[in-house]
Order: sequence, then C-alpha cells, then structure tokens
Amino acid sequence: MKQTKIVMWLLSIAVMVALAGGCASFKTAPTTQPVEITVFAAMGLKEALLDIQKDYEAKYPDVKIVCNFAGSGTLQTQIEQGASVDIFLSAAEKQLNELQKKNLINPATRKNLVGNQLVIVVPKDSNLGLVSFQNLEKNDVKKIGLGATETVPAGEYGMEVLKFLGIWDEVKDKSVRGKDVQTLLAYAEMGNVDASIVFSAVAVTSDKVKIVAVAPPGSHRPIIFPGAVLAGAKQPKAAEKFLSYLTGPEGSKVFVKYGFNPLGAKQ
Amino acid sequence: MIEWQPVLLSIKVACVSLFFIFFFGVAFAFVMRKWEFPGKAAVEALFAMPLVLPPVVTGFLLLVLIGKQGPIGHFLTESFHTQIIFTPYAAVLAGTVVAFPLMYQSTKAAFASVDTGLEDAARTLGASEWRVFWTVTVPLAWSGLVAGLVLSFARALGEFGATIMVAGNIPGKTQTLPLAIYFAAESNDLTQAGIYVLIISLITFSMIFWVNRWSRQKSQRFPVKGVF
Repeated sequence: MKQTKIVMWLLSIAVMVALAGGCASFKTAPTTQPVEITVFAAMGLKEALLDIQKDYEAKYPDVKIVCNFAGSGTLQTQIEQGASVDIFLSAAEKQLNELQKKNLINPATRKNLVGNQLVIVVPKDSNLGLVSFQNLEKNDVKKIGLGATETVPAGEYGMEVLKFLGIWDEVKDKSVRGKDVQTLLAYAEMGNVDASIVFSAVAVTSDKVKIVAVAPPGSHRPIIFPGAVLAGAKQPKAAEKFLSYLTGPEGSKVFVKYGFNPLGAKQ
Repeated sequence: MIEWQPVLLSIKVACVSLFFIFFFGVAFAFVMRKWEFPGKAAVEALFAMPLVLPPVVTGFLLLVLIGKQGPIGHFLTESFHTQIIFTPYAAVLAGTVVAFPLMYQSTKAAFASVDTGLEDAARTLGASEWRVFWTVTVPLAWSGLVAGLVLSFARALGEFGATIMVAGNIPGKTQTLPLAIYFAAESNDLTQAGIYVLIISLITFSMIFWVNRWSRQKSQRFPVKGVF
C-alpha cells in the first residue's frame, strides 16, 4: 500500500512538472502567432473561397483565414448583432448597403468582386424534361428548392425571375425555402426536390445534378458579389490586403474556374 | 400584419401528432407492462432515444428513411406516386417521433403506480382484461396520461430540428411556428419573431397552468398528486 502511495505522489509531481514545462513553452510561442482574418462569406462563394484560402495561406504563412459561410442575410444579421468580423462578402448588394447605412463597414474598402448567373439544377436522373424557368410552373414539378427570400440572395433573385415570368403565384406554394444555397443544392442532389434555383458557381461543384436552364437576361437584377472590410475589423490592414488579392489576378483565376465573372476592374 | 398561418399549422400538426402519440404511447406502455421478452431493456432504451438524441439526429434518420432515395420514400414513389418529404405529413411524423417518448414514459409510470390488487379484484369479479384496462387501470392512471398528453403536445408544437429537415420550409404549407421564428430571427425581423415567441409561450404556459389547476381540483376529491 505504502509503495502505491509513493508511486502516486511521484506521478502527480511528474504531471505537474510536465504541465509547468508545457506552460513555459507556450509562453515563448506568441512571436510566431499568425494574423487571423475572419471572413463572413455568402454560401455561394464557398468552394471558390476555400480554394483561394489554401493558395493565400500557402503564399503568406503568417496569415490564417477563418471562414464562416451562410446565407448573406443571415451573416448580415450576425454582423448587426455584433459578430467580430474582418471581411464580409455578400451575394447581393442589398446586405452591404444596409450595413453601410449603419456605418458597420468601411465604405472606402468596398469592392464588387464577381458576377454570376442564376440557373436551374435538377437531379442527374431527372426525366421531367425541364428546359426553362417557365417550365417550373408545370404540374409534374412538385417541389422546387428556392432560397429563403429574406436571407438568401439566390432566393431573392429567383423570386425576381419568377415574378418577371408571371409564375410566382403558381410556384411559391411548392418552393421549399432553404436557409442557404448549399442546402438547395443538397435538396436536388438527394432528389427530394424536382429542381433547385441556385448560382451557376454552386451548380458546377456537384456531379449529382445537371444544369438545365439559365435565367433569361433582364429577368433579375445583375448578380453581383460585393465585399468590404468591416468598420470594426480587428485586422483592417491584413483584411484589405486579402480583399485586394480576391480581385487581383490570382484570386480572379480561381473564381473564373468556378464560372464566376470577375468584376475587379469596375466599381 | 401577423401571419397566422404558422400558428394554425403548428396547432394542427401538434393535434394530429398527439392522436398518434396517444395511441402508440398507451399501446406500447400497455404491452410492455404485460409482457416480458428477451431484449426488453433494449426496446425500452430505443423508445427513449428520440427524447435524448439531438432532434437534428432524429431528423437525419427520418430524412434518410423518407427521402426520395430512402426505403420509405422509394416505396411511396413506386407504389403511390407520392412523397411525404417537404409536406405537412412529414411535420406530423417528426412531431410524433420526437414527442412519443414523453407520452410513453408518463403512461408507463402512471400504469406502474396503479395498484395491481384493484385490477386483480376486478378480475375475480369476472371482468375481462379489456374491461379491467378501461374501467380500472386507465381511470386510476388518468392524471399521468394527461401529463403525458400535455407534455407531448407542447413538445410537438415546438419541434424544430427534425421538422426543418424533413418538412422543409414552405411558407403557408409546412412553415410551423418554430420555423417562422427561426427564419424571422435570421432576417433580423425581431418584432415578427418576438410576436411568435410570445404566442407559443402563451399557448404552452396556459396549457400547463390549466392542467395543474384541473389536477388540484381533482385531488380535492381523490387523493391524487398534482401533475407537474
């Protein structure tokens, strides 16, 4: 018994020493701690931005980018409620305009990043013969994935198209409102909806769906993904640098790969 | 200005769910009380699962089952050319599954508290099992059953996680009160969300309040303890 007691004592001392050692080595670390940039980005940018993040972190090892993807309206609400963010990339100008009105972004840093198109995707094995937005009205189209119109820009653009075509009233009661554009893609992938209205850049990331129609020109406001550094950014300098990278040649190259059209030159 | 649709839909969904919950809860509690069989403990644990699992897990399992590619979804498409995913029926299914354990547990506890001597006395007087159940067991267990009903109703009324996965969010069709609250809060419409929060709180509060009152009045006549 006595022996066990001694062993226990020795063990606890060893643990304490190890802990103390650990703490000490921890204290010497901060000099190499990377700059952390928090990016709130529209779900439609997810795959492209994750690619760019990889490139950027490889190029600048002292920078770490933390991304939060959701519907742009959801992110806007989170920012308004005080989320600590450096960069906000939205899928429509509305959210950024509203934040600008509330002085939550730095207007000088605001940029239009990329443009995109609105498309209809259907499950790969779909045999409904959908070829246009107008077809969504058909009776054998039972369920449609559409972004929640208040918080998901793809949903708002989609509603504009359906209203432009005069079929909103027929279609709205069969449209399942997803909380972001990725959810809509998943609905179509699993075949739980007959079609989803998403950005083309989202559609191309999946091989379980096919694109069958593009929204007719002029049926919705131009799709623009704008971005800005937040007024309360913790890393304004690093954030601005990353934002310029997104519109620069290296960032644009990745965006083009996903079917976005860069707007870097304008604004 | 307030859209009443989500409120009405939620109440409808909770009522229909309650019908199934009552039936299955009482039936299973009755069967489990009567029969001993191997693996009974495992079945008991299974019945309690929806109560302790995160609703999103229950929702995921239901989605896998009733999604178009799932076994039930596939069967429905092949045989009836229909789907229950993203319909109010899916909301009823989610409400039923998630709230069932509350009814089952309350009923089981209520049945366990019934004095078997009274049931045996009824049997010696020649009553059938069916008659014993309805005229002795159920009346004696009644306040426990009511407690289970009230709890399950409130749970089904407030169901969110599983519901959003299988019933989706179709305003006017499958958007229940909790979903309306979630989407209003997401779009920073705090007034709308707040009104709905008030409504659902009022409904659940008044239910618990009246049941407690009812049971207190009842306990003045019979020695029965309060429900909550």
